[in-house]
Amino acid sequence: MGDQDKLLNEVTQREYQYGFVSDIETETISKGLNEDVIRLISSKKKEPKFMLDYRLKAYRYWQKMDMPKWAHLNIPEIDFQDIIYYAAPKSTPKYESLDEVDPELLATFDKLGIPLQEQKQLTGVAVDAVIDSVSVKTTFKETLSEKGIIFCSFSEAVQEHPDLIQKYLGKAVPYTDNYFAALNSAVFSDGSFCYIPKGVRCPMELSTYFRINASNTGQFERTLIVAEDDSYVSYLEGCTAPQRDENQLHAAIVEIIVEKGAEVKYSTVQNWYPGDKNGVGGIYNFVTKRGICKGDRSKLLWNQVETGSAITWKYPSCILIGDDTVAEFNSVALTNNYQQADTGTKMIHIGKNSKSTIVSKGISAGKSSNAYRGLVKVGKNASNSRNFSQCDSLLLGNQCGAHTFPYVEVANNTAIVEHEATTSKIGEDQIFYCNQRGISTEDAIGMIVNGYAKEVINKLPMEFAVEAQRLLEISLEGSVG
Amino acid sequence: MLKIKDLRASVEGKQILNGLNLEVKPGEVHAIMGPNGAGKSTLANVLSGNDKYDIIGGSVDFGGNDLLDLSPENRSREGLFLSFQYPVEIPGVSMVNFLKTAVNEHRKYRNLPPLKAGDFLKMMREKKELVHIDSTLTNRSVNEGFSGGEKKKNEIFQMAMLQPKLSILDETDSGLDIDALRIVANGVNALKSKDNATIVVTHYQRLLDYIVPDYVHILYKGRIVKTAGKELALELEEKGYDWIKEEMGE
Ligand SMILES: Nc1ncnc2c1ncn2[C@@H]1O[C@H](COP(=O)(O)OP(=O)(O)O)[C@@H](O)[C@H]1O
Ligand SMILES: [Mg+2]
Repeated sequence: MGDQDKLLNEVTQREYQYGFVSDIETETISKGLNEDVIRLISSKKKEPKFMLDYRLKAYRYWQKMDMPKWAHLNIPEIDFQDIIYYAAPKSTPKYESLDEVDPELLATFDKLGIPLQEQKQLTGVAVDAVIDSVSVKTTFKETLSEKGIIFCSFSEAVQEHPDLIQKYLGKAVPYTDNYFAALNSAVFSDGSFCYIPKGVRCPMELSTYFRINASNTGQFERTLIVAEDDSYVSYLEGCTAPQRDENQLHAAIVEIIVEKGAEVKYSTVQNWYPGDKNGVGGIYNFVTKRGICKGDRSKLLWNQVETGSAITWKYPSCILIGDDTVAEFNSVALTNNYQQADTGTKMIHIGKNSKSTIVSKGISAGKSSNAYRGLVKVGKNASNSRNFSQCDSLLLGNQCGAHTFPYVEVANNTAIVEHEATTSKIGEDQIFYCNQRGISTEDAIGMIVNGYAKEVINKLPMEFAVEAQRLLEISLEGSVG
Repeated sequence: MLKIKDLRASVEGKQILNGLNLEVKPGEVHAIMGPNGAGKSTLANVLSGNDKYDIIGGSVDFGGNDLLDLSPENRSREGLFLSFQYPVEIPGVSMVNFLKTAVNEHRKYRNLPPLKAGDFLKMMREKKELVHIDSTLTNRSVNEGFSGGEKKKNEIFQMAMLQPKLSILDETDSGLDIDALRIVANGVNALKSKDNATIVVTHYQRLLDYIVPDYVHILYKGRIVKTAGKELALELEEKGYDWIKEEMGE
C-alpha cells in the first residue's frame, strides 16, 4: 500500500460521529407487508378513502414488479417481509412549547448540533422535525398561515387539505414510476407538505429534519411541494441517522409542482448512516425525486450534498414542460469506505427555450464507488432549449472508483447540449505542501475538498452551507492521515 | 539552531544522503551548492518531513527538539520553512484561505487566538509589497496558473507571512529573470534578522551576489565535501563541478 493510501486509510477510519440511538418510546406494527398491513397503516392514520385506494393500487402494482438491477450498484437481497412498515412515537400530542417535548428528543437534536430552540430564535427557520414517521413538532405555522402558506406534516395535510393532496399526489412521481416509488406509494408513513399560494414569496427558508430512529423500521417518507403562479419558496431537507448494524431501507418520494412564473429551490444535505469502515450496516437510500416546471417561466433548483448511506440511488429530475422554464441540478456526492452511490439527474425538455444546468461533483475515497448517471432529453417541440452539464470527479487514493454515464437524446436540431467532465486526484505532494505550511493532513483535505465543491456549496442557503462543509470534512475523517 | 549529524536517508530504496553533517546558528546564511542529483532537494525534503523519504540514520536537532520526531506540520509550526523547488498547485483553495489557515495554525501552536480578518488582511497587504506580488495572484487558488517566477515569489511571500526561524530556499532562483531575482533576494534579505537563519540551495553563484552567504557548502553524492566562505561559490563557478569530481579522486 502506497503512502497516499495509508494516509487515506487513516483519515477515513474514524467512527460515525452522529451514530447514537435515542431512547424514545416507539409504537410499531409487526413485520411484513400485505394488504391488511396497508389497511392498518391507513386506518391508524385515519385517512380518507381515496388515500387507502391509492395505497392499495400502488401495492398491487408493486407486487407485479421486480426489484431493478443496476449496473454500478451491488445491492444485497432485501427481504421485504422482514421490514416493519410503520412506527410512531408513542402518544403524539402537538406541543405548544418546547418544554413539553420529550427531553430525550431535544437531547438528540442537541447532539446533532441543530437545537430546535436556536433554529427558531436565531435563524428564523420553521422546523418541522420528523422523528421516525410522525411529525413531532411544527413551528412558525402562524406566520406562514397569515400568508396562506401551508407547511405541515403529510398526514396532517391529508386530514386538513385532502383536496390539494388528491389533486397533486402522484402527479410528478406516479406510483407506476419505479419499484421503490410503487412501494413508497403503498406504505408511506409521513413526510411534509408545502403549499405556496399564488403570488406569495415565502418569507423564510422551510426546513425539515428527518431521522431514522426505531430499529429496523423502513422509512418511506413523502414530500409534496406545490408552488402556485408567481410564488417562491426555498425548501431545505437534511438528515442524520443513528448507528445501526442491520441495513435499513429508505425509499422516499419528493414531488414538486412549479406553476407559471414560480420558483422553487430545494436543498438537501443527506447524511444517513453510511455503515462502518468495513461496510457493515448503513442505510440503503433509494429515492425518487422529481419536479415539474409546469407553467411558463417556472424555475426549479435542486441542490444536494450527499455524504451518507451505504447505497445511494437517487436522480432528482426536472420535467420542463412550460416555455422559458429553467432547471438546475447542483450536486456534491461523497463516498468513503465501502459506500456506493449512483446519482445524477434527468432533465427532460419539452417546452420551448427551456434551459437546464447540471453541476455534479463526485468525491470518492476509501474503497467506495461513485457514479454519475444523467439523462438530458430534448423533445421535438423544445426548440432553442439548452443544457450545460459539468461532471467532475475527485479521487482520494487509488482504491476507489468514479464513473460518469451521461446520456443525451435530442429530437430538436435547434437545441444545444454541452457536456464537460474532469477527473482529478488529491496528490500527496499537495498534502505535503499544506503540511509544510503548518496545516494538518485532515485540514488540508477538508480545505481541498471544500474548495473543489464550493461551486455547489455556495448555492446552498447559508446555514446549510456551513453544515455541509463540516459534513464533508467529517465524512473524510480517517480517509487520509 | 540546526545540528545535522551523520544524516543518512533514502528514497525508493536508493540511498541518497550518505552521512551529512551541518550546523547552522541564528543569524547565519548558508549556501548549499552541488551538481544535479547530489541530494540537495532530498535534504530539504528530509528536514521538512516528507514521508516519501526514509531516514536510515543520524540525528537532527532543531532548537533543542529532535526534528525527525516531529510531524511535518509541527516542524513548520516550530519555525521551519521550505521554499519548494517545484511548488504545487492546489485548485479550488484560495491563497487567502490557505494562508489564513496556515497563519492561524501557527498561532494556535503558540496558544495565540486566531487573527481577526481585518488584521490578517492588513498583514497580507504588507507582506505582498515585500515581494511585489499582485493581488490578482493572491486572489487565485494556490499557485494555480502561476508562472514559474510567480510561484517562486509566492513562496517568499508565504515565508514572509509565516516568519520562520529557519528557511530553506530550494533553487528559489531557478526560472527567475534578473529583476525577479533581485526582488526575491531583497525580500529574503528584508526578512533576515539575528534570530533567524537561511539555507540557500542553488546551482549558480548569481543569487549569492544578492543573498550573501556566511558559508558555502558543496554537497556531492549525499555528503558535504567542502565548506568555505563566499569565495568558494566564485571558485566553483569558475572551475565547474568537474573540479569537485577531480578533488574527490574521480
Ligand atoms: N521522489 C523520488 N523518487 C525517486 N528518486 C528520487 C526522488 N527524489 C529524488 N530522487 C533521486 O535522488 C537523487 C537526488 O535527487 P535530489 O535530491 O532531487 O537532487 P538535487 O536537488 O541535488 O538535484 C537523484 O538521483 C534523484 O533521481
Ligand atoms: Mg533539487
